[in-house]
Amino acid sequence: MSYSNLKRVDLIFDKECNPKEIIKNTWAKSNDQIINELLESGLKGRGGAGFPTALKWKYTAEQPEPDKYIICNADEGEPGTFKDREILFKVPQKVFGGMAVGAKVIGAKEGFIYLRGEYRFLLPELEAQLESFHEILKDLKIDFRIKIIMGSGAYICGEESALFESMEGHRGEPRNKPPYPTIAGFRSKPTVINNVETLVYAFMICMHGARKFKDLGTADSRGSKVFSISGDTPKAGIYELELGMTVEQFVEEFGDGDTKAVQVGGASGFCVPRKKFKETIIGFEGVPTGGSMMLFNSSRSMFNVLHNYLEFFEEESCGQCTPCRVGCQQLILGIEAVKKGERHASYLEHLQKLAQTMKITAKCGLGQSVANSFFSIVENFKEEMIY
Amino acid sequence: MSKKINLKIDGIPVAVDEGTTILKAAKQLNIHIPTLCYHDDLCIAGNCRVCVVEMKGSRTLPASCAMPVSEGMEVMTNTLKVRTARKHIIDLLLSEHNAKCTTCYKNGKCELQELAAENKISTASFIDLVPHKNYQMDAYSPSIIKDDSKCIRCQRCVRTCEELQHVSALGVAYKGDKMKISTFFENPMFEVVCTNCGQCVNRCPTGALVERNYLEEVWAAIYDPDKHVVVQTAPAVRVALGEDLNLEPGVIVTGKMVTALKRLGFDSVLDTDFTADLTIMEEGFELLTRLKKALVDKDPSVKLPMATSCSPGWIKFIEHTYPEYLGNLSTCKSPQQMFGALAKTYYAQKRKLDPSKVVSISIMPCTAKKFEADRPEMRSSGYKDVDYVLTTRELAIMIKQAGLEFASLPESHYDSIMGESTGAAVIFGATGGVMEAALRTAYEVVTGREVPFNGLNITPVRGMEGVREVTIKIEGTVPEWKFLEGAELKTVIAHGLTNAKKVMDSVRDGKSNYHFIEIMACPGGCIGGGGQPIPTNAEIRKKRTEAIFAEDSGMKIRKSHENPEVIAIYKEFLEKPLGHKSHELLHTHYKERARH
Repeated sequence: MSYSNLKRVDLIFDKECNPKEIIKNTWAKSNDQIINELLESGLKGRGGAGFPTALKWKYTAEQPEPDKYIICNADEGEPGTFKDREILFKVPQKVFGGMAVGAKVIGAKEGFIYLRGEYRFLLPELEAQLESFHEILKDLKIDFRIKIIMGSGAYICGEESALFESMEGHRGEPRNKPPYPTIAGFRSKPTVINNVETLVYAFMICMHGARKFKDLGTADSRGSKVFSISGDTPKAGIYELELGMTVEQFVEEFGDGDTKAVQVGGASGFCVPRKKFKETIIGFEGVPTGGSMMLFNSSRSMFNVLHNYLEFFEEESCGQCTPCRVGCQQLILGIEAVKKGERHASYLEHLQKLAQTMKITAKCGLGQSVANSFFSIVENFKEEMIY
Repeated sequence: MSKKINLKIDGIPVAVDEGTTILKAAKQLNIHIPTLCYHDDLCIAGNCRVCVVEMKGSRTLPASCAMPVSEGMEVMTNTLKVRTARKHIIDLLLSEHNAKCTTCYKNGKCELQELAAENKISTASFIDLVPHKNYQMDAYSPSIIKDDSKCIRCQRCVRTCEELQHVSALGVAYKGDKMKISTFFENPMFEVVCTNCGQCVNRCPTGALVERNYLEEVWAAIYDPDKHVVVQTAPAVRVALGEDLNLEPGVIVTGKMVTALKRLGFDSVLDTDFTADLTIMEEGFELLTRLKKALVDKDPSVKLPMATSCSPGWIKFIEHTYPEYLGNLSTCKSPQQMFGALAKTYYAQKRKLDPSKVVSISIMPCTAKKFEADRPEMRSSGYKDVDYVLTTRELAIMIKQAGLEFASLPESHYDSIMGESTGAAVIFGATGGVMEAALRTAYEVVTGREVPFNGLNITPVRGMEGVREVTIKIEGTVPEWKFLEGAELKTVIAHGLTNAKKVMDSVRDGKSNYHFIEIMACPGGCIGGGGQPIPTNAEIRKKRTEAIFAEDSGMKIRKSHENPEVIAIYKEFLEKPLGHKSHELLHTHYKERARH
């Protein structure tokens, strides 16, 4: 397979990796050294929000509390994302390794993997892999254990504080922030919670040093990223690519020749129309993504696409806060009313204002990000919304 | 002293304690930020988002109720951005809310309605969601009606039921657009662990949770020339009713209330205080008898500690949650039910009335009393002992309906018989009051002397702490109660069912050796009851409590056993405490209920 425009990277799935060696070498370093290395690499969270990983670890390490936790967020629920499943399936030891390093840095004795309910099929193999990883830790006399907790299928539980609630046996609802997890996370103790991919990159940075990672990507978006590519493409699948490409470059590689829009970052992400392919960079300087890339060709109705996303949010909202619970219902009924001619096309502007309110007043990232796809689809495909 | 944090709200500098929320900091500057899900008594939810404010440097508008202040913070509460967002949020809530305000029971008392009015939400700009839902009203309970179509999901009720009452009859079910407040398996409130305490009703901002009202039934009885309608008023009503009639919290309105009831057309206005005193006689002797059986007769079947049984919310709670302790409950009916049983027997006989023509109404600070009156056991007179129970709020509505200018009403006295009261009876309305009243009588029965507290005020049992333990040493007993000489009577008082649970767990785990337990289901006791005027908070409850004790200290007679009507009823009718007639009319039994 050729990658004319794009640089393919092989850090995540590279099997040339001896977890025991990396852990041994990393344990020889001070926590400050590890944090500095991560800081130097420029690694940002790969779940989508993009918080610098080194800072998350540093803040948690600074907490005087004796009990701390590291949690791997494997509740991969964003529509169009399936890369964490692949990572857990192919290189689980690297995930565990990243957690162990994080635990060393922050001073945690316990780690948890919160596994998406739909990924239960991965559990037996993961448990077996975990057993051998625990053997490595035992050999190296490292006091750290990982436990896998199964989710039950709610998208909202991928939101970190809702995830803690779920782990604690409560209804999966986001908490008020602050306090942030670095201060009060799982069981109200300082907690680092990282995406699966982030942990593997952290581990790979420990293995190769910051340089190898930092040399990839752009100033705002260092390194590479695993993409889940789906939709109207002949090459659907998982690809690890250098960050910094434009949507145009991406479409040249993965499009079917008739791509009219790319949804970057899943239902909570942004829709990039053909006319903006050239100017839009995939990364924190343009459109960030947790990895989901959905391509749509001219046979697709963007009304249906948006409707589908809104249905998803309407159902997956936890329902506690007004803007998200009621806002999603209004957006969906609103676009239906416009489409049916029951409301004037100008009602879309009213809905856009509502989406803006949701973006700034919803309690958590779910409700806040509904506006992303709503704005970008309604603005760029207005005629499809009305006619 | 905690650290001070400096911030600016709407350009005004203010220094507040670390950990203060923006909402509370604004309050210190007399800046009012509207709220809905926030309630003084409850933990912070931050879910309605009505209280959002602008914060310099923040992309989003944080909920001021949930956001702690930080040094140098700059907050704006009244910008275009804030107002637009707030209006949107109120508008969204209205779109979800069955806004048939003119026919709503809470019309004029609804916080959402107030917000809508304040923000001049003219025509609903969003699509009405109510027709898209399949709402069904839960109107099966004799106490509480739940109408989901009016629910705005603020979860005040859920937090009340969980935090204050440890009952969790109400919880959140489903998610997203289907998210709702529901019960175990979505059963009617009537069929779940709900204690009917009505604390959720006190805190519901809309008409989603209201008391079942019996206004029309009571008016019909009053207007029926064939019926003799007697009304009894509970102790806590007289210190709270004024709040619903334009008076400040803590104003004692006993005399005005009696006048109002007479003007409404009740044939006889009587006092639950009379049977509160009677309760003390029965319950006091029951306790002493149990102590005697345990200590002298060494009867292993005697159940100690003995717990009070005046609070029907507490009764239903123990029936569901600690059924193995039903034998520890006093068998005394509550004062309301004693009154009801006597109204259609003793009272009817004395007044030469046909008991089938007597309609017995009670005015209670309580919604659980409605359920209590409906219990099948509560028909010892041969009729339904208490026909209708009205809350303090319902009485206020009747007074308004009758066009009475309450504040200017003259004062008048209760009718007789069964209208005589003592200070001991009045304090039934506050947490610790039953204990204090019982001690005033029991101590005197056992020692022949008054309780050794200045002015009969047994201050250690008073207060607002959730659980209060008090030990009273008994000295100088009369011969009949000699076995109690030197004994230490261990008592405990709890209010709010979360505190009741603490007491019962400690009893169950053998961590305590109480003799006598007073439990009231509601925070502060009956003065904080689920039928009292809305709003409620610690400050309001404190004022009502102070009023209760002021009423007590102003009474000529302050001990139940000195109530002349109580003395007379034993002489003429009941013979003696725990006698045959008492057992028939004044005592009851309990039943185990499911735990869900």
